[in-house]
Parts: sequence; structure tokens; C-alpha cells
Amino acid sequence: MRETLLAIFIGLFATPLLGGLINGLDRIITARLQGRIGPPVWQPFYDVIKLLSKEKMVVNVWQAFCAYAYLSAAAISVVLFFLKSDLLLILFIQAVGAVFVVIGALSSTSPFSQVGAHRELLQILSYEPLLILVVAGIYLEIGSFKIDDIYAWGQPLIFKLPFLFIALGYALTIKLRKSPFDLSTSHHGHQEIVKGVLTDYSGPFLALIEIGHWYDIILILGLCSLFWATGWIGMIILVAITYFIEILIDNVTARMTWRWMIGYVWAMGLTLSIVNLIWINLA
Amino acid sequence: MLHFDCGSCNGCDIETLACLTPVYDIERFGVINVGNPMHADILLVTGTVNPRNKKVLVNLYDQMPNPKVVVAIGSCGLSGGIFKDAYNVLGGIDKVIPVDVYVPGCPAKPEAIIDGVVMALKKYEVIKKKHSDSVPSRMKWRKIAP
Ligand code: SF4
Repeated sequence: MRETLLAIFIGLFATPLLGGLINGLDRIITARLQGRIGPPVWQPFYDVIKLLSKEKMVVNVWQAFCAYAYLSAAAISVVLFFLKSDLLLILFIQAVGAVFVVIGALSSTSPFSQVGAHRELLQILSYEPLLILVVAGIYLEIGSFKIDDIYAWGQPLIFKLPFLFIALGYALTIKLRKSPFDLSTSHHGHQEIVKGVLTDYSGPFLALIEIGHWYDIILILGLCSLFWATGWIGMIILVAITYFIEILIDNVTARMTWRWMIGYVWAMGLTLSIVNLIWINLA
Repeated sequence: MLHFDCGSCNGCDIETLACLTPVYDIERFGVINVGNPMHADILLVTGTVNPRNKKVLVNLYDQMPNPKVVVAIGSCGLSGGIFKDAYNVLGGIDKVIPVDVYVPGCPAKPEAIIDGVVMALKKYEVIKKKHSDSVPSRMKWRKIAP
């Protein structure tokens, strides 16, 4: 009982802090890679606190609802992750949250929101199959969807599922809104479609989405960490290396079109996953 | 921070964008250049106002959620500058929207602009305090521009 409460507590309160911190480090490393100094580590928190204190301004009330729905779905999926629940369940709850952001953006008439929302849908379409395949691969290997059983498994999964880990990397890049897949919010090219899906969220609602995004970051990094579930040190090193490679990729690639994204992610991701699945089946 | 080029000669714009480069790196102060008025707290305006872009300027200003600050940049933004006597020029930015910080120069130097932005951040805190005393608990509906 006490462990459950502790897991819920960590999931609800510690993860956004960690997510924000990772975001802050990300901004500093990105700045250093570009020859700049970059903001303080705590900048994402300053930003969110500032946004929360701003005036509530909405185009219609569904936006507010969708922001809350996204935040709750993201938080629930992370809490379930810490409760070592079922991976499939976690993924579907996370997907529900992602769709709510799109619905909120579609509820406004602004063309930028609309374009961004459609792109976000295409992004969801590209990464969801990969996430499901990764989970399916884990199932084939250890015979369970439960995170409990993954932790109980004797050896790191990455040796058995290396290609699936790369496929998960694609999903991670899309989910983190990093280049070359930062289509829907045009994170670096803000003149392009203003801010895509996020255009019409403002003030406190933008803050909610941002906090939800921190939960999402932690969830996907948590998925990565499952590939080295035998020890804390290995886990942290694996996640740190993965995230650093993400930042590098973000800085050296240009933004591509959504056609390229779907073609490339499906061709590469699905091939890698299927090769890996066949390999497990044969072994 | 939102940057709006309100009919400037482009001199001030280039100096403003120079603030984002590695040499000046305004992100040190946590400031990033956004393209969306709804995400911005600081409105940087360069250049003069004329009857046409006046509507755009007011619209952008209205779309920014409170609290917000406005920084006028360059002689043109302050008073109309060298274009003051042109037939279409209304004058400085403050003829149309309230301005909080004035950054002089033709063009204004990046150092001066950063100074102005940091000053604007300080002013933002003051305005925020005032705003939180009188904050309406109801949601505000944004007018959709025609
Ligand atoms: S102040 Fe000078 S440099 Fe700036 S917009 Fe006006 S004329 Fe151009």
C-alpha cells in the first residue's frame, strides 16, 4: 500500500519536475551546440509559472477542456507507468491525450491551428504503430505486457531488441517535437505556421499543455529505460545517451515535409521492427 | 517576445534579429523570439505606423494576453524619425498602443535593444503585480479577427 502511494506521488509530482529539468538541460545543450550560452536551467519552470499567472484567453471553451484532458491523460499514463501497470494500457491512455490536443486545436478557426492539428494527426499516425510494435516485441520476448515482469527479467532487453530500440528512437524524436519531425508545432521555424497546434492555446492553458508535455517526455524516456531494466546505472546511462543523440539530431537536421516523415518513418521503423520481430521468433 | 516590423527601413529589424545570434544571445535572459502574439509577453515594434498597418498592430496587441509590455525600437518607432513628415506616417508607436520602453537609435544598437528588453522584463514584474490584484476570475473570450 505504501509503495503504491509512493509510486503515485512520484508519478504525479516528481515527473513534471524531472521533465522540466530535462527540458532546461536540453535548452542549454542546444545553445552550447549553437555557440551560445543559453538560458538558466530553471527557465522552463519560470516560463510555466509565468504562463499560469497570465490572463485566461480562449477562442472557445473546448480548448480549455482539451488542455485539461491532455494533462490528465498524460499524468495518468505516467502514474500507471510508475505503478508498473500494463504497457498497452499506458500507450492507449497516452494516445487519448495526444488526440485531445488535436481536438482543441481543431476547435479554433485559425488556419495555423488547423494545419498544425492535421500535421499532429499525421505524426500520431507515424509513431503510434512503432510504439505498439515495440510493446509487441517486448511481449514476444518476455511473454507479458506488465512492466513488473520486465523488471523481473534477467537480462537487458536491448541485446535482444536493438532494432526495436532504434524504432523507438524515431517515435521519441517525433514525440519530443524535435527536428526533422517538428512539423506540427514548427518548434524552430516559428514563422512557418506560427506555432501549429499550439497557436491558439495561450496563457494558463499553454502551461497545462507544457506540463503535459513534460509528463510525455518522461513516459517515452521511461519506455527507453525498459530496455535496460536490470540496473539503475545502466538505465540512466542508456537514457542519457539516447537523449543526447536526440539533441544532436535535432541540431544537425532540417525540418522535412510530412510526406517524407510518413514514408521514412514507416519504411525504416516498420522494417526495423519487423526484422527484429522475425529475429526473436526464429531465436 | 514578439517582433513586429511596422514599416521600418529594415535597419532596426536586422539589429533586433542580431540579438538572437550567438554574439548577443538574448536567450541568456530566457527570452525567445516567438511568432505568435498569443504566446508573447513583450511586443517589440520597429518602424513607423501608417493607417494601414495600424490595424495589424492593434490586432496583435489585443491578441496578447495580459500582462504585457511594449518596446518601441529606433527613432522611427519613437517618433516617426526620418519619415516623420511623410504623408502616410502617423508618428511613433505610442500614437496607437501604449508603449512601456523606448529604445532610441537609428538603427538602435543590439546592446541597447537587449537593455530595453531587460528593462521591459523588470517592468513586466511590476505590471504583473498590479494585474494579479485586479485579475478577473472569469475567462476572457478572444475576439476573432475579421
Ligand atoms: S530608426 Fe533608422 S534604422 Fe530604424 S527603422 Fe527607422 S530609419 Fe530604419
